[in-house]
Amino acid sequence: MASLNVLAVVCLAYVAFLFFIAFWADRMATRGKSAAWMRSPLIYTLSLSIYCTAWTFYGAVGYAARSGLEFVTIYLGPSLVMIGWWWGLRKLVRIGRSQRITSIADLLSSRYGKSNLLAAGVTILAVIGVTPYISLQLQSVTLSFAIFAEADPLRSYNETYTVFWVAAGLAVFAILFGTRNLNANERHHGVVTAVALEAIVKLAALLAVGVFVVWGVAGGVGETLQRIDASQIGQWNVDGSRWATVTFLAAAAFVCLPRMFQVMVVENEDERHLRIASWAFPLYLLLISMFVVPIAAVGLELLPAGANPDMFVLTVPLQQGQQGLAVLSFLGGFSSATSMVIVAAMALSTMVSNHIVMPVWLRLQNRRASVSGDVRNVVLLSRRVSIAVIMALGYFYYHLSGGAAALAAIGLISFAGVAQILPALVGGLFWRGATRSGALAGLSVGFAIWLYTMLLPALGGGLLPEHILRDGLFGLSWLRPEALFGIEGMDPTVHAVMWSMSLNALVFCLVSLMSFPSPLERLQGAQFVNVFDHSAGPRGWTGSVAQCEDLMIMSQRILGAAEAQAFFQRERLRQGGRGPLPEPTPAFLERLERELSASIGAAAAHAMIGQIAGGSSVSVADLLAVADETAQMLEYSSRLETQSAELTATARKLRETNEKLTQISEQKDAFLSQVSHELRTPMTSIRAFSEILRDDGQLSGQDQRHYAGIIHDETLRLTRLLNDLLDLSVLENGQVSLNMSAGALPDVLDHAVAAALAGSDRPLKVRRNPATEGFRISSDLDRLAQVFINLIANAQKYCDAAEPELSISASATSGWLQIDFTDNGSGVPAEFQQMIFEKFSRVSPERAGGAGLGLAICREVMQRLGGNVSYLPGHGGGAFRVSLPAAGEKAA
Amino acid sequence: MRLRTGPAGGQRREGILLMGRHVVLIEDEPNITEAIRFLLMRDGWSVDAHTDGATAVEVIRDANPDLVILDLMLPGKSGLEIVRELRMEGGMGALPVLMLTARGQMRDREMAEKAGVTRFMTKPFSNAEVLTAVRDLHAQAGQG
Repeated sequence: MASLNVLAVVCLAYVAFLFFIAFWADRMATRGKSAAWMRSPLIYTLSLSIYCTAWTFYGAVGYAARSGLEFVTIYLGPSLVMIGWWWGLRKLVRIGRSQRITSIADLLSSRYGKSNLLAAGVTILAVIGVTPYISLQLQSVTLSFAIFAEADPLRSYNETYTVFWVAAGLAVFAILFGTRNLNANERHHGVVTAVALEAIVKLAALLAVGVFVVWGVAGGVGETLQRIDASQIGQWNVDGSRWATVTFLAAAAFVCLPRMFQVMVVENEDERHLRIASWAFPLYLLLISMFVVPIAAVGLELLPAGANPDMFVLTVPLQQGQQGLAVLSFLGGFSSATSMVIVAAMALSTMVSNHIVMPVWLRLQNRRASVSGDVRNVVLLSRRVSIAVIMALGYFYYHLSGGAAALAAIGLISFAGVAQILPALVGGLFWRGATRSGALAGLSVGFAIWLYTMLLPALGGGLLPEHILRDGLFGLSWLRPEALFGIEGMDPTVHAVMWSMSLNALVFCLVSLMSFPSPLERLQGAQFVNVFDHSAGPRGWTGSVAQCEDLMIMSQRILGAAEAQAFFQRERLRQGGRGPLPEPTPAFLERLERELSASIGAAAAHAMIGQIAGGSSVSVADLLAVADETAQMLEYSSRLETQSAELTATARKLRETNEKLTQISEQKDAFLSQVSHELRTPMTSIRAFSEILRDDGQLSGQDQRHYAGIIHDETLRLTRLLNDLLDLSVLENGQVSLNMSAGALPDVLDHAVAAALAGSDRPLKVRRNPATEGFRISSDLDRLAQVFINLIANAQKYCDAAEPELSISASATSGWLQIDFTDNGSGVPAEFQQMIFEKFSRVSPERAGGAGLGLAICREVMQRLGGNVSYLPGHGGGAFRVSLPAAGEKAA
Repeated sequence: MRLRTGPAGGQRREGILLMGRHVVLIEDEPNITEAIRFLLMRDGWSVDAHTDGATAVEVIRDANPDLVILDLMLPGKSGLEIVRELRMEGGMGALPVLMLTARGQMRDREMAEKAGVTRFMTKPFSNAEVLTAVRDLHAQAGQG
């Protein structure tokens, strides 16, 4: 019998060997002399085997013993991903390298506009999801110790004691090798090499036990198959929905688990390794699962009922007296547990430190990053403390759960928890429309449902009161954790996964569609989705304001003095080597940000550079890169612009109309005021003199006649005014009906002169020029005559010459017939020439016989006749020209 | 043209008023000028008539009348401007001004009062109204 002491020694020796390997690999790597095999795809593939934890090592046999072949799903999921989706993983790796991603939380944060809120959320989700898994590893190590302790009656065995020391030892290992260097994006060669070694150990152990069972116990392949047929495993009992669900969960977890992301993306040396791993890793899984069923079948047969099937790998060799094999098997299980715990703690500590501790610390500093304390130490310390805290969490979870739950159940819960990241991750990789709000909402919904339907019921122990489990939250039966919305009879795992994943994805899509991404988010989205098209930086810093010295100081604190100086030196040479420090060009700032983000995460690095450089800007090139995707939005926005332009045009039209209406209203007021004035003026004289005639009996006959004459004149003036107003109104409304006829111009002029001069007391000599007048015209001759009469009467009224004289002459030019009326007076003063055709405009009021409507009427008439009337300046006296379209030709 | 007529018989006015009541009339409509002149001369006023707005202020200053009758719409310068200028000139701040207008709108009345017109009358007026207004204004000025 191997004593517990021997086992402890073997254990310590093995750990010491791991330490040595890790230390040696690290040394080789730092000296740049790492052997070729250390960088080979083999190491990468083997390191991926941290997927196979103690759960797989011990638990798979237990799983098979309990549920038959269903355990295969755990291996099926990752195999499908590696074979069928290696191009998706390649994209993930490419993004991880080009953006210098440090963790899965960093990836999501970076994709969704460097949102630290999202990163913190994912971190919390991962810690809650992975902690049970870590405690599961502790449990399996403890259980395996207990198996040996049972066989060693000499020694009293303290379970709690063991768990504590296992946890502490693993923490020390993870801290020593996981946080040696700050830059999480640098490869942890030591850890990866140790993990690869452990992968070989666990495979060898399981194969050895399997070979022993098949050929040593069962006695050959045929015998084994018979035993399998005889056992309950042989009963092929497949629940399709459970198979699909667990396969999906395993596949999702393979991509989303922080430790898987760590080895697959962060520790990846070369993208091409993924291509080899895509067939090599499934092969590894095949090998490691090959003997699971035989071991389970033989174990069920050999061992007494009630023996823990999870421990068959250990108990079968022990029962058969194979101490050496049992110890090897123990080491296999120990390897599985330790490698998982170390890498998981490393990955989680990076996330906790970068996305929770650092942002809080930076905020607490409340000062510029360049003058704050040594960030480097803070980051390292926070990462180390995080590892310790995570291990402590796992330890306490182990105590809380009492270490009783079956290994497989805890594993699946953990898988379902981290699988909640999947929609945001896949959406972020392939869908430009995915937004931060959508990712946050989807994650929150999925996380809440997972918590309520899976984690809390599984924890039991009063965390979720019994009545809620039975009657639902608030007594609402459709909120029962294991039968949401009244859907009963489903397997609890299938139920929880279906609801959490489908609602997660649905909410993620809906909120993404409804929300609008920020510019940075859009650019990062383009970088991620089209990572193979452009691996250039996502944005440009406006470097001109950045203080390079500040940047240097800050970088030294994060990267370490030597590394920061080397980086700045490289950048200086790249820029051509002038000056002691590189110019803070946008390209330099961008590379610096990536360098820093590898240490402290994208969000923190962005914030720190932003503090010094004073904010980032979006460069033209970046905009062009996303231009094709934004074409649709541009079109939409141009449509909006068109609408907006139309609205502006309409508004302008309305404003113009309004102005016009206001103007018209003012004109109307002015017109009414004018009319009132023109009517009241003659009325005043009429009233005054009629009262005088009425009241005064002593007037002489001559005075009486004089006053009556005034009244008469003013009455005529009123009548004329009314006639003119009506005439103008008719003309302006366009209601006038023209009476077109043909006639000779001289006849019309004869008529006009005679009418204008009739009954006039002022003499006006009219001089005609018959030689020019010989035109035939086609027009409304009466209206035309009215215009002529007005012009002649005007001359008669206003011509201020001692012997007033008016000359009338006609001429024809290019389609127009022009008749000029020129008097020998002083004419119309220049300042009035513009307004004499307006209504009520009079130049000299003293001689006002009319109301100033005559010329306005003339203009209206001529416009109706298709012609014009205008004042001719510079013709000696007052000169008006009437223009008519030359409808007729010169007659004789 | 400057015509002065003696006081009409039967007036119970004090000596200073009886001596010479002098009015300047600024009006561009000849018939209205004639009517007002007739009315006021019969009432014992001497009337100076003037048609041009532009020179009205000078005419009034030179004549130094007891009362001014002013049309609102005048060629050259509006009645309102004339009143404003009169009110700014020394010695004529209290000169009674009766404004006549053919545009009887409220706004015109307000503007006229603002400008310093003593009384405002809309055309066409009755002869009695004009005489009452002229007498009242003269009496008020005499008391003030």
